[in-house]
Amino acid sequence: MKGLPLKPKFVAGIAVLAMALAYMIYAGVTQSAVYFVTPSELQASPRTGKAYRLGGMVEKGSVSWKAASLDLTFTLTDGQAKVPVRHHGTAPDLFGEGRGAVVEGRWTSEGYFQATQILAKHSEEYKAPHDANSAGYKELMKSLRGEQK
Amino acid sequence: MIPELGHGAVIVGGLLAFYGAIAAAIAGRTGRTALLESAQHAALGVFGLVTFSMLLLVYAFLTFDFSVRYVALNTNLQTPYYYRITALWGALEGSIVLWAWMLALYTLIVILRHRHNARELYSWVLTTMLGVVAFFLLVMAVPAPPFERLSPIPANGRGLNPLLEDSGMITHPVALYLGFTGFTVPFAFAIAALATGRVGDRWITLTRRWTIVAWYFLSLGLLIGGWWSYHVLGWGGYWAWDPVENAAFMPWLTGTAFLHSVMIQERRRMLKLWNIGLVILTFALTLFGTFLTRSGVIASVHAFTQGSIGIFFLSFLSLVVLASLALLAWRWEALGAEGELDSVVSRESAFLLNNVLLVAATFTVFFGTVFPLLSEAVRGVKVSVGMPFFNSVNIPVFLSLIFLMGVGPLIAWRRASRDNLRRNFFWPVVAGVVSAAIFYAAGVRSTLAVLSLALTVFVTATVAVDYVRATRARLRMGESLLPAMGGLLVRHNRRYGGFAIHLGILVIAVGVTGSQAWSLHREATLKKGEAVELAGYKFQFDGLAAREASNHFVVESTFTVTNGKAHAEAMRPAKKFYPQEQSPIAHVDYRLGFMEDLYLVLGDFERDGSQATVKMQVNRMVSWIWIGGLVLTLGTVLAILPDRKKLA
Repeated sequence: MKGLPLKPKFVAGIAVLAMALAYMIYAGVTQSAVYFVTPSELQASPRTGKAYRLGGMVEKGSVSWKAASLDLTFTLTDGQAKVPVRHHGTAPDLFGEGRGAVVEGRWTSEGYFQATQILAKHSEEYKAPHDANSAGYKELMKSLRGEQK
Repeated sequence: MIPELGHGAVIVGGLLAFYGAIAAAIAGRTGRTALLESAQHAALGVFGLVTFSMLLLVYAFLTFDFSVRYVALNTNLQTPYYYRITALWGALEGSIVLWAWMLALYTLIVILRHRHNARELYSWVLTTMLGVVAFFLLVMAVPAPPFERLSPIPANGRGLNPLLEDSGMITHPVALYLGFTGFTVPFAFAIAALATGRVGDRWITLTRRWTIVAWYFLSLGLLIGGWWSYHVLGWGGYWAWDPVENAAFMPWLTGTAFLHSVMIQERRRMLKLWNIGLVILTFALTLFGTFLTRSGVIASVHAFTQGSIGIFFLSFLSLVVLASLALLAWRWEALGAEGELDSVVSRESAFLLNNVLLVAATFTVFFGTVFPLLSEAVRGVKVSVGMPFFNSVNIPVFLSLIFLMGVGPLIAWRRASRDNLRRNFFWPVVAGVVSAAIFYAAGVRSTLAVLSLALTVFVTATVAVDYVRATRARLRMGESLLPAMGGLLVRHNRRYGGFAIHLGILVIAVGVTGSQAWSLHREATLKKGEAVELAGYKFQFDGLAAREASNHFVVESTFTVTNGKAHAEAMRPAKKFYPQEQSPIAHVDYRLGFMEDLYLVLGDFERDGSQATVKMQVNRMVSWIWIGGLVLTLGTVLAILPDRKKLA
């Protein structure tokens, strides 16, 4: 090779390394491939055991959180299909009803999605700064402070 | 008025940079000194104009000029003044301003340092540098204008993303951009070497310090990014193989390869083509990273502004790659090697393998990062590969690199004799094997952890062998111990600086190994007064308190942490409520320790303070990563000290 005066043994060595790397990449991809799906796509052909990344909106009124057992359940929807999701542990800060969320996990034979990880998304649209006088924020602050004083 | 002034400065600066690049190129072809001087003046003017526009933007931030869109989006009346200054690089447009300013500054330093000592390459270096500056000013003028007006003018701004209100976020982008822009200098010299046909060692000797400095800042940027992720984001990790992290990691890998391969060219006059190729690749990857993260082609958890900027970077990237390839083809004949690789067991060979592995790691990271795009294009399904992919492929590669870190600096050039191998590696190998047995006996059962720690011991022993032997040699020449040890560091600063950097990387490797192997975590909901245990620590929930801070509201929990012997300690993980944000933001409370950190994240809570859900983590040896960064810093300072041998 130009600029790299290599004897056959070097070329062979590098070829072996390249093949080893190709194999590791192949094995890595097959073992850790995660499929992006929407609720409709998942409902159309759900396969148990396969790793999915499911993205959708958290349906209003669907979130249930049992603090004592750390069980979180909610429904993800894309407007057409709905997928029930279960997760063990607190949701991330950005998670909330009516907002986008991506969950990683597997479809179970019992008919729900077992999430191992929840990735909440920043809302895409620009949101005007909260009016500090808006009802929700005021109410929240009041109740938080109220317990103190 | 002021924003228009800033925008005007950007446009004039861009035109001036473009003129300077052309003038320097003509000077390079014709040798007309008057034009070269004119290009230098242009570079000075560009620096002045970019500085001016950056200061105007800072001024707009300090004076709450919400008529400027960028200011309104990244500050509000409650933002403290220091975050108003650093909000400059809090988002895309300002980051490009900082980037362009650093490039202009580097161009100025190149002029000051190299206008006499690099005559033959100089005008083309200037052309390349000013060309890159001109591109960034074009980005500032068209797709990402920092001074764009907002109408109607809002009474208050949106405010900085609260996650960025942290000292890590003040320094992380600065270090990262200093690293990214720093690689422009060796790239410019490589282009100049190709343009003039002087592809010998000169450009490498001239840019050695530049490369180390750029590499160091990039390393520092990555480390500070990890620190920020660790103590702000509340997941207890420092690296997630996220596309944005990968984008910065790829040029680090090729830059590291370049730092090593140039030594073979200096010593054996080989790998000329490889070296030029590596530095071009490194520079191209810095552009690719910006394209990747700012164009929105890859989904990332990092929320970045997106826009038409992607197409600008992609076009410039294509231009850089095509022009570089054309230059390489043109100089093909001159890039042949003068030496030849003799033996597999030699230093050349160790360095070559190091380069092959680093490039392999770069390819792996690249492949994993763009995999969703590839699979969608080829198979029509969106598939991503996550952490397991990157870890399973890269861990063997990185362990091999650590092994080579021990072999490379000590093994003989050309062909290592049996005697050379025994003299250098007998004791380190013994140390490595014995330590592996000790770690196993001490209860370490993870094969990877044993291997990683034993390799670390092996490499540390090679450094010790070298240092002890060199010190002994000086003692025999009549020096006393301390001057001998210190003198070595100063006289052979490049070699020992390199060793120190290696040690820094080893300390980081130990931290990564330990944190991956031994960290523990647990999540629980506790009633007031209730306690749970983790790793010998008892965490008791004492209640909640609410208070108001300068620009947000805080709900703070109190936990009493005891571990049997030491006295109780109070930890206060909290949630912060910012008026401009829809959701609260967790505020981690942590106690750093040499061997383990305590790390608490408040999850859900009852508003009456009767119960709270908390994530408890005992993270092992994470501090070694930050300590490794300090060692790396000392090593870099040692490595770039002026050469004593030449001074004498």
